[in-house]
Amino acid sequence: MTQRRISRRRSLGPSFLLAIAGLLALAVLSMTIGKFDAGLSDLFTEIRAWLGGAPADETVATVFWHIRLPRVLAGLLVGAALAAAGATYQGLFRNPLVSPDILGVSAGASFGAVVGIFLSLPVGVIQLLSFAGGLIAVLSAYAVAAAIRNRDPVLVLVLAGIAVGALVGAGISLIKILADPYDQLPAITYWLLGSLASVTSGDIISILPALVVGIIALFLLRWRMNVMTLGEEEAKALGIDTGRLRVVLVLAATLITAAAVSITGIIGWIGLVIPHVARLIVGPDFVRLLPVSMALGAAYLLVADMLARSIALIEVPLGILTATVGAPFFLFLLASGRKGWQ
Amino acid sequence: MRLDVDQIAFGYGGRLVGQDISFTLEENEVLVLFGPNGAGKTTLFKTLLGLVPLRAGTIRLDGRPIGAWSGRERASRIAYVPQAHAALFPFTVEDLVLMGRAPHVGLFATPGRRDREVAAATLERLGIGHLASRAYTEISGGERQIALIARALAQEPSILVMDEPTASLDYGHQMRVLDRVRELAGEGVSIVLSTHNPDHAFRVADRVALVFQSRIAALGPPEAVLTADALKQLYDIDVVIGTLAGSDARLCAPRNKT
Repeated sequence: MTQRRISRRRSLGPSFLLAIAGLLALAVLSMTIGKFDAGLSDLFTEIRAWLGGAPADETVATVFWHIRLPRVLAGLLVGAALAAAGATYQGLFRNPLVSPDILGVSAGASFGAVVGIFLSLPVGVIQLLSFAGGLIAVLSAYAVAAAIRNRDPVLVLVLAGIAVGALVGAGISLIKILADPYDQLPAITYWLLGSLASVTSGDIISILPALVVGIIALFLLRWRMNVMTLGEEEAKALGIDTGRLRVVLVLAATLITAAAVSITGIIGWIGLVIPHVARLIVGPDFVRLLPVSMALGAAYLLVADMLARSIALIEVPLGILTATVGAPFFLFLLASGRKGWQ
Repeated sequence: MRLDVDQIAFGYGGRLVGQDISFTLEENEVLVLFGPNGAGKTTLFKTLLGLVPLRAGTIRLDGRPIGAWSGRERASRIAYVPQAHAALFPFTVEDLVLMGRAPHVGLFATPGRRDREVAAATLERLGIGHLASRAYTEISGGERQIALIARALAQEPSILVMDEPTASLDYGHQMRVLDRVRELAGEGVSIVLSTHNPDHAFRVADRVALVFQSRIAALGPPEAVLTADALKQLYDIDVVIGTLAGSDARLCAPRNKT
């Protein structure tokens, strides 16, 4: 018994290294794909030149370090963040249909961004509005739920989130109607479908604190999260302060989702489905589920983004790709008979 | 460890589900709550576990009011065995039992070597070591009930609160669960459980509390409390109580219609 346990725990080491290596390979591959003709050998030349101090070719260096690298990093971070938030919410709300948007974070973030676009504000302000919108939506859902007593707190929270999301959604629709159809409306639509195309290194640095804080919190509480999946009463009977733990977990997941969405727009499907795929592979134990979800989410968004910039003459919005590639794959996994849910 | 329940009232919202309820759970005792559906047994359990707030009276654990214990302190002394239920996630039985270590595992920590040893030992003690790596969602209802008992025991509690542990089990598992309950009481755990089957109360109870219309109508040894008169009053059913040749177990059977 003990032996089996130890061997299982030790075997996480190699697979962890393998996952990192796989992500690194994908990232390198992703660096070599794009409209500008700069491939693997150029990349190595530039890396050597960068280590030496002076770029070999100014244009090629700009493409690699200022256009593709931020994009690749954003893909890794945002994919991992959305998957981590999705895994957390699905466990917390004990529901397979839950995605990070369940408490209105995406709706709130969209509203913030859409208002920013409508008022023709600078990009940085739009991102800030989006981030704040996501947080405010979830906090108001939480406040409403906390005010309603004598009911199942989890159910009330989800319903409050749905109601807040619907209200904010109405606001978004209103602004879409009012927006300039030639200039603002396409920008709004594009934002609502998500893209990594315009991410800069400044954007990444600006969201990094929120991502790091949220993900560290989830990592620290990863085993407690398992106990939360038993439901309110059983977790409480096991000595867990469920109210406080839920606040922290929701805040952490909201923080990373709002941060991610604020620079890329809404990228659907990852937070909903990647945790399921991870659960099919490593089981429901959050200690393993969290890192595996993050790795898969990062890889998946990288691949989707590579397709986004290479399969057509125009950039294909990510939301479209993540769903068209993900849905069939998910159905395949489902049909193959592995069990992630009862 | 003693549990003193003194004149408590409890309930949800504006409705009192139980009132004037007093009893003491002695060390190594099995106390059975017996009463009709809706009499308030489950809510009483939840109140003992601190899941439902007290409206009046006091509950003392070793002399100290239950509200003064932190959630963790309480959970390392009183453990809850819910009715076997369908779980959502396919945790292995071993992982499920490990969750019983929650009161002993630090907030940011994962279970350590000792926690794994306790979980493994508990599985062996209950005779389900072979289920350790099976998914909780794929084992039978009886096995789930035993696994939930194992999870509660992994908390290393002095008191077990069991909500209808034999409900929805087949006859074999019912008898095995009841035997386990008796054994645990012999090993220094006090147990309070509810059942709807008088035969089960006869089999395990040191004392029976008859819960009827939100109050404890009678409290004492099973032979004294679970009488034909009491059952008639509770359910309006005429019964006879006796034993069969070859068994000491007291049984309850419906009386012939005359």
